Amino acid sequence: MSIRHSLLALLSEGPKYGFQLRQEFETSTGDVWPLNVGQVYTTLQRLERDGLAQSDDVEEDERQKNYRITEKGGEELSRWLRTPPDLSEPPRDELVIKVLVASRLPNVDVFDVIQVHRRYLVQLMQQWTRMKEDESHFDLAFALAVDAELFRLDSVVRWLDSADGRLRRVSLESVESTMDSTFALPSNRRRTGARR
Amino acid sequence: MSILELQRVSKVYGEGDTEVDALTDIDLSVNRGSLVAIMGPSGSGKSTLLTIAGSLEEPTSGDVIIDGARVRGMSRNDKARLRRRTVGYVFQDFNLLAGLTAVENVSLPLELDGIPMKKARSKGMAALEGLGLADRAESYPDQLSGGERQRVAIARAVVGERSLLLADEPSGALDSVNGESVMRMILTACHGGVAAVVVTHDAKLASWADRVVFLRDGQAVDETLPPPSPEELLNPDVPKPSLS
Ligand SMILES: Nc1ncnc2c1ncn2[C@@H]1O[C@H](COP(=O)(O)OP(=O)(O)O)[C@@H](O)[C@H]1O
Ligand SMILES: [Mg+2]
Repeated sequence: MSIRHSLLALLSEGPKYGFQLRQEFETSTGDVWPLNVGQVYTTLQRLERDGLAQSDDVEEDERQKNYRITEKGGEELSRWLRTPPDLSEPPRDELVIKVLVASRLPNVDVFDVIQVHRRYLVQLMQQWTRMKEDESHFDLAFALAVDAELFRLDSVVRWLDSADGRLRRVSLESVESTMDSTFALPSNRRRTGARR
Repeated sequence: MSILELQRVSKVYGEGDTEVDALTDIDLSVNRGSLVAIMGPSGSGKSTLLTIAGSLEEPTSGDVIIDGARVRGMSRNDKARLRRRTVGYVFQDFNLLAGLTAVENVSLPLELDGIPMKKARSKGMAALEGLGLADRAESYPDQLSGGERQRVAIARAVVGERSLLLADEPSGALDSVNGESVMRMILTACHGGVAAVVVTHDAKLASWADRVVFLRDGQAVDETLPPPSPEELLNPDVPKPSLS
C-alpha cells in the first residue's frame, strides 16, 4: 500500500500535525503491513510539493507543521481508491511451476508433491484463523486483512485440488490407452497414436 | 480423554464387480474439546466415515468406540440410545422438521429420549440462547434464514449433554460470513467439552480445526501438524505468518 495514499486518507479525516500523522500511520497499518514509517515526513513534503496537501508554513520542523488535504488531494485519493490494481498479468508463481515440473518428471509422484503443499497451506490458514479466533481483541482492519490472506491461500488450495483432479483424470486416461495399445487390434492402436 | 475412536475401520460397499472400497483402515481418535476436520475430494469417503463414526452404519471391519463404548455387538436399542444421548449430527441440508418451531426442533431429541416436555423445552431454549437464537425460538424453519436454520441444527446437535458432534459440510449453501459463524459455534461447543468432527472441502472452514485429516480414495493419507506451542510462538527462530 502506498504511503502517499495512506497519508491522504488520514488527512481526509481532518487537518493533522506531522507527528500525529506519523503516529496514526503507524497504528493504522503497522499491525498488518510493516511499512517504512521513516518515510512519512519525506512523503509529506512531496504531497505538499505536488499540491495534494498544504501546511501552515510557520513551523520549520515537519513534526510541528499542521497539514490539511487540498481539493486536488481529495480527487487523487478518490481516483486511487477506485483504480483497480493491475492483475492482468499472472504473477510468476513458484508453486505453479513446481507442480508443472513435478507432473513431467517420471520419478516424482506429483500427487505427493501436491499434498505436501496442500498441507503446508492449510497449516498456514490454521495459524491465520487462530489469530482471528480471539474476538475479545477484535480489530476490524486486522480482521479484513486476515480474511484477504485466508481467501488468497484458499484459492491456492483450490487450484491444487483442481490440478490434482485434472492430473488424475489424465493419468487414468493414459493407463487406459496403454491397455488399448497392449490388448487391442492394430487399427485401434493407430487411432490412439493419431489422437496424440 | 477420547470421545471417538476409530480403529482400523474399513467399509466395502457392494460385492463382486461393483465392490467399492469406501474406507480402508482408518484410525482416528478425537479427544474431548477438540475439533477435527476431514478434507478430501468428493467420493473420498468423508460421509461414509461420518456415518460410521455416528453408528448409523456398520463398518465392514474395524471398531468404533464412542464415549468409551464399543459399538460392535450393541443391540439396536442400545445404539439408538447412544445416538440420542451422545451423538449430534449436522447435515448440509439442516433437515429441520418443517411443522415444528425452532425450539421444538431442538428439544425433540430430548423428548424422544423420554425427558418430560417442559424440561426438554427449557434445555432446548438454553441451547438456542447459547447460539444467540433466543428470539427466533418460536419461528418455523421456513421463517428462518439459511444461517439461522443452520444454527438451529447445531443447537439441536449439542442439546442435552451430548459429547460428540458430527457435521457433514455444515455450511454447504451458506456464504462465507455465515460459514464462519457456523464454525465459531462448533468451536464454542468444543470449548464446552464437546468433541467434533467436521467434514468439508473448504479449507477456510477446515482451518478452524485443531487438526485436519486428508482423505483420499478412502484412506487417511496425511494430516496437519499440531499447532505450535506457546513457547514455540515466543521463539524468534520459528517463522510466523505475516502480511507483506
Ligand atoms: N450406500 C452406498 N452404496 C454403494 N456405494 C456407496 C454408498 N455410499 C457411498 N458409496 C461410495 O463410497 C465412496 C465414498 O462415498 P462418500 O463417503 O459419500 O464420499 P464423500 O462424502 O467424500 O463424497 C464413493 O465411491 C461412493 O460412490
Ligand atoms: Mg459427502
